[in-house]
Amino acid sequence: MSNLTRWQRPDLSVWPTFGRLFGLRDELDRLLDNPLGELTRGSQLLSVWNPALDLYEDKDNVFVKAELPGMKKEDIEVSLHDGALSISGERKSEDKFQDAETFRSERFVGRFQRSVTLPSEVKGDQVKAQYKDGILTVTLPKSEAAKPKQIEVKVD
Amino acid sequence: MNTVVEQNGRTTPAGQEDARNYVTPEVNIFETKDGYVLQAEIPGVNKAGLDLNLDGNVLTILGHREKNELQAELLHRESSAADYRRVFELDPAIDTAKIDAKMDQGVLTIHLPKSERVKPRKVTVSD
Repeated sequence: MSNLTRWQRPDLSVWPTFGRLFGLRDELDRLLDNPLGELTRGSQLLSVWNPALDLYEDKDNVFVKAELPGMKKEDIEVSLHDGALSISGERKSEDKFQDAETFRSERFVGRFQRSVTLPSEVKGDQVKAQYKDGILTVTLPKSEAAKPKQIEVKVD
Repeated sequence: MNTVVEQNGRTTPAGQEDARNYVTPEVNIFETKDGYVLQAEIPGVNKAGLDLNLDGNVLTILGHREKNELQAELLHRESSAADYRRVFELDPAIDTAKIDAKMDQGVLTIHLPKSERVKPRKVTVSD
């Protein structure tokens, strides 16, 4: 049997254009299939681990808390760059259950990365991090210039 | 054969309606020839805040978050304040007397061994 292909003038640009159109359509479908709620909260649907991040401040410090259950301390990286704090790391799959039958696998395995712009300038060399009960707490002391100051005004 | 079946984690028995909402923790469940291993992610819960309840063959995991000790102003929050709860109906083959649990960095690991009588074993043929 012979091939049934529509003859096309090679200089016609119709097909590449269609190709782009379909691409756009797919893109739209993808967006419509992912309502906002799922984009923000349903981390599993997009197979990206987005650990929850909380930000606090008092007059001396900025605090960032991240929910990172089941990590090894050494697999968590915390870095400060240009007034933004970045927390990243990787959770590896456990070898000991390789041969076991998996009934449910909801826990995320792989890399994550979160960044947060800090509300004020901090002393980069005095940043501390603590990992407890699966929660990482980063304490960032504010630089002297960023601290609120009580200025005494002499009234004559 | 029955497995570890999950019940609807958000329902409470009639008459005991609890207005509070819970977070359903993510779990992994593995089965080996000796039993099951269940891992649940409950960051912010320590040993004291964990409540494991076994009623017949229904296992309820309840995790109370530790109070936030930071005396600071909250600027942005993504974590939930709600406690964790999830209910599982256990395989009758599990020896409920031998269940043990441990907590490590926000991950609860529960070992649910199968009772000896259901474990596969080799039968030796005598001459």
